Amino acid sequence: MPVITYREALRRALAEEMEHDPGVFIIGEEVAEYQGTFRVTEGLLKRFGPQRVVDTPISEEGFTALGVGAAMAGLRPVVEYMTINFCLRALDMIFNHAAKTYYMSNGQFPIPMVLRAPNGKGERLSAQHSQSLENLFAHMPGLKVVLPSTPADALGLLKSAIRDDNPVVFLEHAALYNLKGEVPEEEHLVPLGSAALRRRGKDCTLISYSRMAQVCEHAAGALAAEGVDAEVLDLRSLVPLDVEAIRDSVHRTHRAVVVSEATRTGSAAAEIATRVYEVAFDELDAPVEIVAGADVPMPYARNVERLAVPDEAAIEDAVRRAIWREGAPLPRWLKEQHA
Amino acid sequence: MPMDKDELLRLYREMLLIRRFEDRAHFAYTQDKVGGYFHPYIGQEAVGCGFISVLRKDDVICDAYRDHGHFISKGGDPRAAMAELFGKATGCAGGKGGSMHFYDRSIGFYGGTGIVGASIGLGTGVGFAIKYRGGDQICLTIFGDGAVNTGLFHESLNLASLWGLPVLFLCENNLYAMGTSLERSSAVTDLASRSKSYGIEAETVDGMDLFACREAAERLLATIRADRKPRFVEAITYRYRGHGAADPGNYRTREEVDEWRERDPIGIVEKRLLDEKMIDEAQIQEMHADAAKQVDEILAYAESSPMPPPEALYEHVYAPGHA
Repeated sequence: MPVITYREALRRALAEEMEHDPGVFIIGEEVAEYQGTFRVTEGLLKRFGPQRVVDTPISEEGFTALGVGAAMAGLRPVVEYMTINFCLRALDMIFNHAAKTYYMSNGQFPIPMVLRAPNGKGERLSAQHSQSLENLFAHMPGLKVVLPSTPADALGLLKSAIRDDNPVVFLEHAALYNLKGEVPEEEHLVPLGSAALRRRGKDCTLISYSRMAQVCEHAAGALAAEGVDAEVLDLRSLVPLDVEAIRDSVHRTHRAVVVSEATRTGSAAAEIATRVYEVAFDELDAPVEIVAGADVPMPYARNVERLAVPDEAAIEDAVRRAIWREGAPLPRWLKEQHA
Repeated sequence: MPMDKDELLRLYREMLLIRRFEDRAHFAYTQDKVGGYFHPYIGQEAVGCGFISVLRKDDVICDAYRDHGHFISKGGDPRAAMAELFGKATGCAGGKGGSMHFYDRSIGFYGGTGIVGASIGLGTGVGFAIKYRGGDQICLTIFGDGAVNTGLFHESLNLASLWGLPVLFLCENNLYAMGTSLERSSAVTDLASRSKSYGIEAETVDGMDLFACREAAERLLATIRADRKPRFVEAITYRYRGHGAADPGNYRTREEVDEWRERDPIGIVEKRLLDEKMIDEAQIQEMHADAAKQVDEILAYAESSPMPPPEALYEHVYAPGHA
């Protein structure tokens, strides 16, 4: 199989779906002439022309509304936000219109639309340009929320998202664009709502998504060296949520650690932990751990910024606690409460 | 092209129907048969009837929340409209939307949105889709004077002008954004001039006069049909009742309301019909009675329709399909 980057996989998905369906178009800031702020859309203007790769003024609400209206009329817009932070300007359109029109119209107006953006922690971009906002979208019925962690998933999930008849918030991770991985040469579609088991293990399930799924794999590798056999489940989407895969895994391992980069309060991670209790309470040998971003705006200074999101060490410690390993440190938030 | 007698009588009947519909629906609201927010169109009928009568069936309307009259004018089934207000399964949104969310894809009625200004952006998107496909339809995008102070108004007019989208932006200026008068909310009260700042030709019409609205609509829609560029029209009108059914209207004087009622849009049409001896007083009374009878039947239909089943709760959250 060819090895390509996450960025190239996204580009391939866009190009294939634009070939597949003439109703698919890309719209957003700097997607055309500039070739994409993160160069995901590079070359697409030349290939598909300015009618289908559309540069916009800095009017997030305006071009999101335009996308919703075009989707009501039956096109398949792929709206790109330069970063997820800027889509906050358009939340009324996303929450009140994209998410609800199918329901409010009693099924007359599906909104087949993808809202793409880099999400998650950047490098020293501070509070307004460096955050994980998936929890907002997962909260709103009517939206699907998809977060690929590998090039193959970036390809297969984006293609499925574009073909889906619902508004799909497609959250790419800025730190993954250069990640390389094997990608099938033939047409590759990954259904939305199916988790991927990244690593089999018998001692504890690490449940995660997006970049943190990669970090969990690394943590599981490190834990293996000390004889701990962790399983890694990459959810790939928060909505739909693959509760069956979560249940199956936790029924095997009897322990669960939920890992996400986003801040914790009101989070999907907390919801996932609740679901674990619902579907596997009798199977659990330890409380479910949540390893999430600190409940703070992202700071700028390198050393403090590093503390704001989970790292391998935090995940490993959580697993050690879950398996009752002697001397495992308390989670940071608990230590702070006791201080 | 002046309206022929048949078309004028058709629109006269439509205005009578809408007014009676709104009056009876408002009464049903006081009986708790209609819930939520209810924004009656009474007083503004000439605008919707005049402009929408010129649309083709395959043209689209993106509307704001005062949508009952527009829905009927576009060819929506008034029984389905009333049933929607009653929250019945036979409603035009299956009882899921209510007053502010009327929809009927088959007649190009794309809602009904309850967020001020939103229709402007959605309509711009429909215009984009029409152009994308090379169609010759037009999207009529309707909103009130309150919407011109939203950011989306400015973003959308810029996009529509920049990309040459076939949209007629129709601002129904009834002088009040809920209880806040235009003078208290807009630094520039000549709304057409705002549109001109985005390079969109604009004009202002008398929204109480069906003939003026119809004439403007014919001219503007023909121009858009020909050159595929957006236009903006402000129709100055007046709602006789409160913003919503629960609004006592303390921010307006009795004298002001009475003054506007003297230029009643239905009265203006009646006067023309009588002056030109197209019909006589007895026929007018007959048509009023017809409208009343029709609305009685509409109400009976809504009353007797079933409620949505409990399963409706989880229906249509997500579309099952994919391309």
